[in-house]
Amino acid sequence: MIDNNQLLRFTTAGSVDDGKSTLIGRLLYDSKAIFEDQLDAVTATSRRKGHDGVDLALFTDGLRDEREQGITIDVAYRYFTTPKRKFIIADTPGHIQYTRNMVTGASTANAALILIDARHGVIEQTKRHAFIASLLQIPHVIVCVNKMDLVGYSETVYNDIVSQFEEFSSKLYVKDVRSLPMSALDGDNVVNRSENMDWYQGAPLLHTLETLHISSDLNKIDARFPVQTVLRPQREGFIDYRGYAGRLASGILRPGDDVTVLPSGFNSKIKTIDTDKGSLSEAYAPMSISVTLEHDIDVSRGDMIVKVKNQPKPMQEFDAMLCWLHNDAAKPRAKYTIVHTSNEQKAMLKNIVYKIDINSYARIEDDTSLHMNEIARVTVKTTRPLMIDEYRDNRVTGSFILIDDTTHETVAAGMIV
Amino acid sequence: MSKYYLNYLDELESEAIYILREVWAQFENPVILFSGGKDSILVTHLAKKAFYPSKIPFALMHVDTGHNFPETIQFRDDLVEEFGVQLLVGSVQEAIDKGRVAEEKGKNATRNTLQITTLLDAIETNNVDCAIGGGRRDEEKARAKERFFSHRDDFGQWDPKNQRPELWNILNGKHFEGEHFRAFPISNWTEMDVWNYILRENIAIPSLYLAHQRDVVWRSNSWIPVSEHLKLEEGEKVENRKIRFRTLGDITITGGMESEADTLEKIVTEVSSMKQTERGNRTDDKRSESAMEDRKRQGYF
Repeated sequence: MIDNNQLLRFTTAGSVDDGKSTLIGRLLYDSKAIFEDQLDAVTATSRRKGHDGVDLALFTDGLRDEREQGITIDVAYRYFTTPKRKFIIADTPGHIQYTRNMVTGASTANAALILIDARHGVIEQTKRHAFIASLLQIPHVIVCVNKMDLVGYSETVYNDIVSQFEEFSSKLYVKDVRSLPMSALDGDNVVNRSENMDWYQGAPLLHTLETLHISSDLNKIDARFPVQTVLRPQREGFIDYRGYAGRLASGILRPGDDVTVLPSGFNSKIKTIDTDKGSLSEAYAPMSISVTLEHDIDVSRGDMIVKVKNQPKPMQEFDAMLCWLHNDAAKPRAKYTIVHTSNEQKAMLKNIVYKIDINSYARIEDDTSLHMNEIARVTVKTTRPLMIDEYRDNRVTGSFILIDDTTHETVAAGMIV
Repeated sequence: MSKYYLNYLDELESEAIYILREVWAQFENPVILFSGGKDSILVTHLAKKAFYPSKIPFALMHVDTGHNFPETIQFRDDLVEEFGVQLLVGSVQEAIDKGRVAEEKGKNATRNTLQITTLLDAIETNNVDCAIGGGRRDEEKARAKERFFSHRDDFGQWDPKNQRPELWNILNGKHFEGEHFRAFPISNWTEMDVWNYILRENIAIPSLYLAHQRDVVWRSNSWIPVSEHLKLEEGEKVENRKIRFRTLGDITITGGMESEADTLEKIVTEVSSMKQTERGNRTDDKRSESAMEDRKRQGYF
């Protein structure tokens, strides 16, 4: 494999009926990510279930309960590689009760595939998926109008669906939306070009995934370096070494940069940027590095090193879009632990501003409850200021989770607005 | 700005280092589960990078079935020496002697499932609150559902339907006393990624991975190495073949394949044209469609 190939993470949203599993099976199969023993097992199961040929959807079968019930319960991760890129698929269930899984899969994705059954067009579920892609700020959305074989490969049907999608998605914030007609079952426009749809001039799905411009998906402007841990080797040659270890969330850092350590506000200069292979002349997101500073100042886990002239806002009260992830509903004014980068504080849900009906995008203003799989705009108050950016500008420093202190469960995911 | 992106191996490396540092920051007494296989060797090397210039801050924990390749044990001891880390051993043989577990009986008896009790005992007696493993999501369908930080209850059990959601890269390692976590820093690596990285970084691996002459018998579609623990069955005959191992585990159940690949470069080429999955030669996974899921639920690696 070529050394400079990039990694692209994408999420697939759709129900069993949209052909999501078949599409993933097709991508894995046509890109030769399926081994003979897997193929043998799936062929045998297909025969036992009475299918003609190989049921591609079986390649994505997971846990015993999922196989028995024919559903996806949890996010499953799949991998395949082409000569151009390595891909990670976050395969998420599409049913309404699984919003939490879709949000999870979407949180790190470069791209989202939204599947639409050509026979049914845009349905509630499509709107839900588009909403979540927009909420989680997935940079690229690819609308896959599937099962074109069942509508006679009709260009009119396809165009109608695309305009339906464009109409409602104009209310959303997605940077790059594209669409294509396909039949995952027969492999039309998945890896190979369709011979049944001459009217479609665009590229098949895999080519699109291989060539999406993802280098600028990460924010390279605002340097944000959350400190994970402090390295103090205390051994020969490194007696006075104090390295601040972390993964650069965004931006670029170089030795000599004037920096501020937050929240203390002390200024210093970057002395070195180290890895086990030597010191670097610059580092950029998402590199894991260790940084030393010119001055001996107190820095610890939860602090953030930023450039003097480009700082996040220290805020103790802010609004966020919050997705509730747990069976126990949100408790107004109850205290939770908030985890934001490597920083942990206590937080309180001060106010539920409005909830969102993710099917109609309507705001529900007078409901102060917040249950599993619901999304709301909330006001959060924390015990100490957090160094935040808006999620739209920075997916790392604009996001947080809430943990229930009595159960230690992750109960909510927030995106700062 | 186009030069400011990482290639896929650098991105995987950076992610793994991030996870290892989170483990160190969030837990009191984490260990690396070390089997002597390439994945746990890789995790150990990534730990060295994550904390350089400090030493690796984790002990290595080896669950020893007593059915080892001598090469694996030698390799383990050399690595412990080189990195200056502590070695903890959980012994299946001792667990049998103490009556904690009983040997399986019958033709396909192995000590594979006996490792579960031994592992959980070792975790408990050493007060381990996080065991770092080399598990990868591409290995097996139950592993495809694993989190980076995977919660285990008081009994060491995994509940795949009730896992904590893991969003962005925020990892929640909070737990009550008696519970522990498993951490999987190379979750997103495939077998091919592991080999490409080992080649790129020139990481030493046990010679068993390279093609070599060895006495073996043909059983369950692979070449099982002859050892003091192997009982020949009727009709089986010992042959000397040039083989290598694609995965390493208990010597009684790890099958080799015929190969001429005696350098890392040749292994990478060979693996890239493999037609069978990596665990296809592991008789432990052949027992049923959900063999791995069942073992994992009970507390397996």
